[in-house]
Amino acid sequence: MEQSFGRESLGDRLFTILNYVILSLFLITVLYPLIYILSASISDPSAVISGKVWLWPVGFSLDGYSAVFEHRLIWSGFRNSIYYTVFGTLINVVMTIMAAYPLARKDFYGRNLIMMLFVFTTMFSGGLIPSYLLVKDLGMLNSVWAMVLPGALSVWNVIITRTYFQSTIPDELLEAAQLDGCNDFSFVWRMVLPLSGPIIAVISLYYAVGHWNQFFSALIYLKKQSLYPLQIILRDILIQNDVDAMMLTDVDQAAKREALRQLLKFSLIVVSTFPLLVVYPFVQKYFVKGVMIGSLKG
Amino acid sequence: MEALKPLSRNEKVQKGIAARLVKMRKVWQLYVLIALPVLYIIIFKYVPMYGAQIAFKDFVVSKGIWDSQWVGLKHFIRFFNSYEFGRLMKNTLLISLYSLIAGFPFPIILALSLNMVRNRFFKKSVQMVTYAPHFISVVVMVGIVFELLDPRHGVVNMILQALGMDPINFLGSPGLFKSIYVWSGIWQSVGFSCIIYLAALSGIDPSLHEAAVVDGANKWRRIWHIDIPGIMPVAIILLILNTGSMLEIGYEKVLLMQNPLNIRTSEIIDTYVYKVGLLSQAMNYSYSAAIGLFKSVIGFVLIYSVNKIAQKTNETSLW
Repeated sequence: MEQSFGRESLGDRLFTILNYVILSLFLITVLYPLIYILSASISDPSAVISGKVWLWPVGFSLDGYSAVFEHRLIWSGFRNSIYYTVFGTLINVVMTIMAAYPLARKDFYGRNLIMMLFVFTTMFSGGLIPSYLLVKDLGMLNSVWAMVLPGALSVWNVIITRTYFQSTIPDELLEAAQLDGCNDFSFVWRMVLPLSGPIIAVISLYYAVGHWNQFFSALIYLKKQSLYPLQIILRDILIQNDVDAMMLTDVDQAAKREALRQLLKFSLIVVSTFPLLVVYPFVQKYFVKGVMIGSLKG
Repeated sequence: MEALKPLSRNEKVQKGIAARLVKMRKVWQLYVLIALPVLYIIIFKYVPMYGAQIAFKDFVVSKGIWDSQWVGLKHFIRFFNSYEFGRLMKNTLLISLYSLIAGFPFPIILALSLNMVRNRFFKKSVQMVTYAPHFISVVVMVGIVFELLDPRHGVVNMILQALGMDPINFLGSPGLFKSIYVWSGIWQSVGFSCIIYLAALSGIDPSLHEAAVVDGANKWRRIWHIDIPGIMPVAIILLILNTGSMLEIGYEKVLLMQNPLNIRTSEIIDTYVYKVGLLSQAMNYSYSAAIGLFKSVIGFVLIYSVNKIAQKTNETSLW
């Protein structure tokens, strides 16, 4: 944190002004597209398509949002995404702790070997096709398992969690517990877990965001529309411009339909990003903490 | 005496093994804990590595991996001689070099600037806003880029037209693909990437700044002589490590941004592997796996050697 040291010189004042200008430029550059999309999503469709909207909303209409909520695939996408995120993150966190705790213990014989086994996979992989064939051979295509099992563990998160365990759980605690006849299972359950609140928050968030934003696994492993997560539905609408024709039948004019289609996209971007951005200010510090713990090693 | 020697050495070894077994038995519950993660790593990471041998075979689904016919380097040679090879390598390397170089200074500038701000509210606001795009999914990110750059009603083209210029079909111009990819990536990641530099800056001893002020150094000089040298090690290590993962481009984003008009400059190794192996009608599993394996091997050599360099220069490493 910068402190004030007496009166500022001309150079320093110039610096402060320039500094605020630079930061404002960063702020505006990042903020502008977000505001534009929010404004466009609640503007009048004809104003959007004729380019009258450039910063603040022009006119007012919630047609885009009502189109979003009438779209049946968007609902099933939301439902599937929430399911994959909750279920997948649960598996992730349990697996990560099961891997990280033994690796954090100095008296765990073979930990270097297992660590090498883990770390090697971050540098070399069999590639897309062999992984796909494996999932196929395991009979997991077109199932929830294809969405949660292939990524059940992230080695980076194991390393972060291990570092956390090593730096926050003192050896004396383990020794004292062992003297009291506590075995490793109950030590993990009664000591390690209650002390791991922050790290569980950090890795849960990392995993959850990963699941929520995951799109490629669904693209290659799922063929059934009823299983599609939100990101696939979003791709069809936002990228491939594939708006369900059924829902737009009541709009007869082609121009109007085109306008509504655009409005739907803006609204969809807002709706799909909204849950994340609402939670985000509250959990931001955990993400930052994750970066910090991660940077200790690596 | 001489006859006793080997026996005692033997005994020592036996004792060592016995002691180790006792130690292992004492922590047997730890082995139970880690069994499932190890099983996961073996099945989902090492089995595909075993499966990668189809790159050397003519893989037929009905025959399986082991029984398919061995063809040696046929698929690799076909790839190296193909028209696509040069183009894929060029695009992959150019895109990653471009993002590496263009993306390098901005998080540092942001961190240095933020570190000099005294107004806490302003500082927190800038941080909160610039971190936020990190969480936007790749699909939505590309959707936003498409909306902003749309040739007919995108706001960028509206501005261009207001300035009297002709609208540009950004996504349809092969020459612009890499820039759009890289700069939208910087937009999304600059805030989050600056966190690590902010951490490094907060680790600089404040007495250095105090001493510099006493010596009459202004803020410019303090940034130049204290802050920048202070974060240099972090910057260099990050640059080195990023060079190591050069072949790892955000292929999901590239795939989403591709269209027939820009494919000449946008096709990279990963997207090509996906298309040849999983998207095309004639399932070219082996050919596609060979291209993927080629990339994995080069990537491994890169990351391994880069980590060795990092170890030497900074005594910090990945493991």
